[in-house]
Amino acid sequence: MPDFLIYALIAGCAVALVAGPLGTLVVWQRLAYFGDTLAHSALLGTALGLLLHINPWWTIIGGSLLIGALLAVMQSQREHATDSLLGIISHGSLALGLVALSLASNARVDLNAYLFGDLLAVNTGDLWMIGVLGAVILGLLTRFWDPLLAVTVHDELAAVEGLPVQRLRVLQLLMMALLVAVAMKVVGVLLVTALLIIPANIARPWARTPEQMALFAAFGGVAAVMGGLAISVWLDTPTGASIVVSAVLAFLLSFGVRKFSPA
Amino acid sequence: MNVSLLKLDHISVRLGDRLILDRVTLDQRRGEIVTVIGPNGAGKSTLIRAALGLIKPASGTIERAPALRIGYMPQRLNIDPSLPLTVMRFMRLGGADRSAALRALSEVGVSDLHRQPLQRISGGELQRVLLARALLRDPDLLVLDEPVQGVDVSGQTALYELIADVRTRHHCGVLMVSHDLHWVMARTDHVICLNQHICCEGHPEQVGSDPAYRALFGEHAGGVALYQHHHNHHHDLHGSVIAAHPHAGCNHSDDEHSHA
Repeated sequence: MPDFLIYALIAGCAVALVAGPLGTLVVWQRLAYFGDTLAHSALLGTALGLLLHINPWWTIIGGSLLIGALLAVMQSQREHATDSLLGIISHGSLALGLVALSLASNARVDLNAYLFGDLLAVNTGDLWMIGVLGAVILGLLTRFWDPLLAVTVHDELAAVEGLPVQRLRVLQLLMMALLVAVAMKVVGVLLVTALLIIPANIARPWARTPEQMALFAAFGGVAAVMGGLAISVWLDTPTGASIVVSAVLAFLLSFGVRKFSPA
Repeated sequence: MNVSLLKLDHISVRLGDRLILDRVTLDQRRGEIVTVIGPNGAGKSTLIRAALGLIKPASGTIERAPALRIGYMPQRLNIDPSLPLTVMRFMRLGGADRSAALRALSEVGVSDLHRQPLQRISGGELQRVLLARALLRDPDLLVLDEPVQGVDVSGQTALYELIADVRTRHHCGVLMVSHDLHWVMARTDHVICLNQHICCEGHPEQVGSDPAYRALFGEHAGGVALYQHHHNHHHDLHGSVIAAHPHAGCNHSDDEHSHA
């Protein structure tokens, strides 16, 4: 197997391992649209990085955190519905990112790679970044799993029981921002949310506890990455899109088998 | 005299430019059941949330007994169906161990449910599980926001009896919002009739004959009459009653409420 395929496999699986469990929280809290918004803002982060000659990793993470903070502030007002705000920020940052990218004309920019991922172009530097950030997210997720779950179930009850609900929300936001930054390499900003929500939904029919669902989602995500890479290599199709297609197939399979199998 | 657990002193809560609570004072003592009644939109849940420390009042002070342990039973639990959660796992989310969780579940009579998914138990069972979760903390003060929500009529009586038992057994204070005037009048120690501000309060008998109380709930609601209003239809209680007694008690208007 050529090196680039091995790198792609490692990077894709690492991201899926993290995205699965984090995605279960996103699904339980119905934050899919929020994930989209964060992902779209990552394109703006990338463009800023190119314009300011800073490593885009940092501007993506910084941009996501900024968007998260912006959302938190805007949610405290009541004149605009939250989904409208998310839409405005989401599409606004995507459009602004596209405009900014075109302005950064000094750099030759492969827009497709940002929008749809470029897993086959992962190098050892990216691998390190993905490995470290993935480990950080997974570590935080494991450490704070119970409190995050308690907040998911009932935030006010969690607050009365002494959990720092606001700080936990910020923590989850931070983890999502970091994940978007790494997942962008794999499936691109337009498909990041798929990597969060599809594995969780593949896992749902088979899980009896939250932890099982997180674990199965990680496996489901890894399987989708492997399947997608195989499709991409055999049929010479775009890798990111192929991964999402294979995830959707896995979801249909999971759903169908569960639905039509005897209890 | 029982020791004071929680004192709210003239607290006001604003939401934007709307006044939700207007200088409300409350003294919750150990062993006492304090019930807040009032029409929908009266600020009952807001008062509960302020007492829990979930929202900060714009003015007034809140004083808690040192190291006060609060058990909170929220009005409802909206868990997404995509979250696989058994009753036991839910009970242990607060950090309790398994045997304590089982004890609390059997105290409220639902220990046989501990393996069930939370989304598959009935409304009455869910309320009992929520009460058990509140009891897990060995609370000095139980705070219950409409504890019989989604419970059928026979279950409501049983649940109220259970709450009264729990108060006696744990000798804790109980602060609750209730719509069941019958129970409120029969079993609680102190009634607060709330409509942004406190219209009247006191021992149930006292409150039952207060003109302000009758203005809010109608003549038929006095004493131990069975009161049939159950949530959801908030439209007519306030409006029609006010129309029938335009000058009784305090002045209420439907949308705006200000006392200069």
